[in-house]
Amino acid sequence: MAQGGVAISIVVIGGSAGSLEAIFKLLPLLPPAAGAAFVLVVHRKNDAESLLVGLLSKRTTMPVKEVEDKEQITANTVYIAPPDYHLLIENKKTFSLDGSEKIQYSRPSIDVTFQSVAEVFGSETIGIILSGANADGADGLKTIKDYGGFTIVQDPVSAEVDYMPKKAIERAGPNAVLEAGLIAPLIIKLLSEKPPN
Amino acid sequence: MDGTNIKEEELDLLLNELLQIYGYDFTNYARASLKRRVNRLLIIDRFPSFAEFFYRVKTDAGYLTHLVEELTVNVTEMFRDPLTFKAIREQVLPQIATQPFIRIWHAGCSSGEEVYSMAILLHEANLLHKSLLYATDLNPSMVEKVRQGVYPVSAMQQFSENYILSGGKQDFSQYYTAKYNWVKFNEALKPKMIIATHNLVSDRSFNEFSLIFCRNVLIYFDKDLQEKVLTLFDDSLETLGFLVLGSKENLRFSKVAKKFKQIDNKEKIWRKVV
Repeated sequence: MAQGGVAISIVVIGGSAGSLEAIFKLLPLLPPAAGAAFVLVVHRKNDAESLLVGLLSKRTTMPVKEVEDKEQITANTVYIAPPDYHLLIENKKTFSLDGSEKIQYSRPSIDVTFQSVAEVFGSETIGIILSGANADGADGLKTIKDYGGFTIVQDPVSAEVDYMPKKAIERAGPNAVLEAGLIAPLIIKLLSEKPPN
Repeated sequence: MDGTNIKEEELDLLLNELLQIYGYDFTNYARASLKRRVNRLLIIDRFPSFAEFFYRVKTDAGYLTHLVEELTVNVTEMFRDPLTFKAIREQVLPQIATQPFIRIWHAGCSSGEEVYSMAILLHEANLLHKSLLYATDLNPSMVEKVRQGVYPVSAMQQFSENYILSGGKQDFSQYYTAKYNWVKFNEALKPKMIIATHNLVSDRSFNEFSLIFCRNVLIYFDKDLQEKVLTLFDDSLETLGFLVLGSKENLRFSKVAKKFKQIDNKEKIWRKVV
């Protein structure tokens, strides 16, 4: 829910191989009321039991949820794109899901979510690309930048797999390139600077 | 990926045209996904602009089938979410097995993999002889695929793994014959299937069922349309009948929820209790 008329900001984080380690570093550093919804799009196997919610819950005081159809977007919550669905933004209050063909060999695809977030949240978006072994997310990050959002890429040198961050840097020319531990302080700073509207 | 990004007004124009000329009502589909589908169609069919695409839609009725097929998502697999099928095997079938006659509706069945999965389940439970499986989809081309029961051989490994995870104990390959890159499912699975087009947006209930499947269809609808369709399912289910939704779909926000009870907290299977 929007608090006191302040528009919700959204932080979208995409990653693949090696990204979990970066998320584990970043997540505990975020305060419980950072003032944004956090959305993770991570490539993973479609296992019946999702362990990710449990793993992440141990590392943050924010509630962690795997998104269901038409789930409400609420600030200070960590959302995970469910395996085998693309995660879309229906409007500023609502997620939606889409089971159509894979993009960049991926479902969920980071590009798909990032583009959808950019179109709806525009400059209220922070987009982040972490470690990974495919090019998914590079186009999406570019779209976030084109719509006036702030873009961050994990420093390829510090990433477990550097291909995805390298592609994102090449394609999007991000606002910041940082090692995982330094990304959280920047997010906090950007959210605290956000002008109320 | 950039460049062709249709505007809200253009999407409205298209939806209005599809409704007025062809009677296909997409106006209550979830916008984000629908917009993506249209943008994607403009790219794959190489339209330089929305205007040219729209002209084709208005003037070429032959393009409609392809258009509707591309606007709807037709991704499915056999025994998709195998644990759901395991729950159907172990918890649902024993409940409906005692009925003299079992009617099942696969609403929005796409290319029909789910219908063949269910026919196999019923066959193994020795219930197929007294069952009828109604398979419906909005797309005539999908209905035709269900009739043929022909699927790519490349999918069989996944289907077979799913079958085993769903509790299947037999040799899955006995249910089809392979030829080149395709497999055809046994005719013996088919006599109990009734295959037809049905539009969940505009068509009514046509029978009363023990079990309704509607998986990964509601995610493409907005809340109002979801409510309407869930009411249709409620009207089409006998008391103590079962409703199976997709793995990320939920009944809990709907008005009909109070009439249903989820069979366990994991699988998206609800029983109509009143």
